[in-house]
Amino acid sequence: MDVINILDWFNNLWNTFAHEFDFVFIQGDRYKQMLDGIFNTLKITAGSLVIGILIGIVVAAIRSSYDKSGARHGFGFAILKVLNAICKVYLTIIRGTPVVVQLMICYFLIFISARDGVPVAIFAFGINSGAYVAEIFRGGIMAVDNGQFEAGRSLGFNYVQTMIYIVIPQMFKAVLPTLCNEFIALLKETSVAGYVGVMDLTKAGNSIAGRTYSYFLPLLTVAAIYLVVVMILTWLVGRLERRLRKSDH
Amino acid sequence: MTTNNTLIKVENLVKSFGDIEVLKGIDTEIKHGEVVVIIGASGSGKSTFLRCLNRLEESTDGHIYFKDTDITDPKVNINVHRQKMGMVFQQFNLFPHMTVLKNMISAPMKLLKMSKEDATNKAMALLEKVGLADRADAYPSQLSGGQKQRIAIVRALCMDPEVMLFDEPTSALDPEMVGEVLELMKDLAKEGMTMAVVTHEMGFAREVADRVIFIDEGVIAEEGTPEEIFGNPQCPRLKEFLSKVL
Repeated sequence: MDVINILDWFNNLWNTFAHEFDFVFIQGDRYKQMLDGIFNTLKITAGSLVIGILIGIVVAAIRSSYDKSGARHGFGFAILKVLNAICKVYLTIIRGTPVVVQLMICYFLIFISARDGVPVAIFAFGINSGAYVAEIFRGGIMAVDNGQFEAGRSLGFNYVQTMIYIVIPQMFKAVLPTLCNEFIALLKETSVAGYVGVMDLTKAGNSIAGRTYSYFLPLLTVAAIYLVVVMILTWLVGRLERRLRKSDH
Repeated sequence: MTTNNTLIKVENLVKSFGDIEVLKGIDTEIKHGEVVVIIGASGSGKSTFLRCLNRLEESTDGHIYFKDTDITDPKVNINVHRQKMGMVFQQFNLFPHMTVLKNMISAPMKLLKMSKEDATNKAMALLEKVGLADRADAYPSQLSGGQKQRIAIVRALCMDPEVMLFDEPTSALDPEMVGEVLELMKDLAKEGMTMAVVTHEMGFAREVADRVIFIDEGVIAEEGTPEEIFGNPQCPRLKEFLSKVL
């Protein structure tokens, strides 16, 4: 008797869920909107991640070269000083203002003629992420023992070669967990892309919820998808870390 | 300005860190095949002097000629000259993210454009010579201190240097590992390698050096053969120093 009741209850729950799922996602092909949203979110995250890392490496290299530079005079140092000052202004502005404001400035003030918000979002999030990644990298570079740098230089590698072959690989390994954090934050920050009309995952869920007057399933689905992506990312970085760690048993 | 036999000539070398003058005018020469051991109390400037020779420290004044090129000239491409000046550090400074073999072959491949095969053959021959061929695929963290320093030495040798600079190569080693590193350095000296060695190993200086330089308060206070320096020291500071270390 009890068993049948419980089965019945589950059966009802399942039917309600299936009905709700059909209504929210299947009717009107609304799942396609969801897929678009996932795709755009991943595209923005991946694109801005690449831009962020590139900016991060350049800014970190300039900033740490300035900090480490032995000869504090001459023409080369003057250039370095100017570049360092530019980097500092960039870091201050980007880290001192909300990313959603930066995104809107990019879309509504800078790229006024842009019809598609996705490239603009990639640009804005990339510039934003670059500032945080730069400071992570700079910390990593400064943490690599100076003897490594001297050993590279004493073999005849020039400054840039020493950075590329010796310092940056070690720096990268040291900062990987922090960098992973930054990527996770970036993925979730892209949820404000809807402000400039981009159909990202959050916007897709919100739009479906608004259309169907059913908030429960769309929002939980959105949350679950973010969670799964973050878990996959964490797992991938964990694997990478283990691979890089093979040199320190 | 230098005789053919002179490899490195140092003229009035001055080095200041801020207001502190560490080297106050050093003049000396290192000849081809010569083993020069530099001794002195800590803080005397002997390591700074060595590091100025390949411009890891930029000198404040004076000139350093390496094979007749004034390498203190800012227009000189120091990287090219550093390829010919091997350096061994107190802290080994092996690259921890590379295997022993990779540590040795990356500079010859990237800088001398040696093929991977040639560089590997050369590195393996050197590893064979120092008895570490079986560690070629190990990472530095898997080696003992003595092994690390021997690898650091052969890594520098892979570039076919004309002079080897040793900056207290045995100071960070456990006592039982000092011998294996000194043995390798002795072998190098016997093969005719030009060497400048900053060390506290007076036994090594006595046995291997052609000339010993005693640096005190930023100047060469006394220099001569090991017999002269250890057997008949003249300057009072050297006598005092030797009485403490011997």
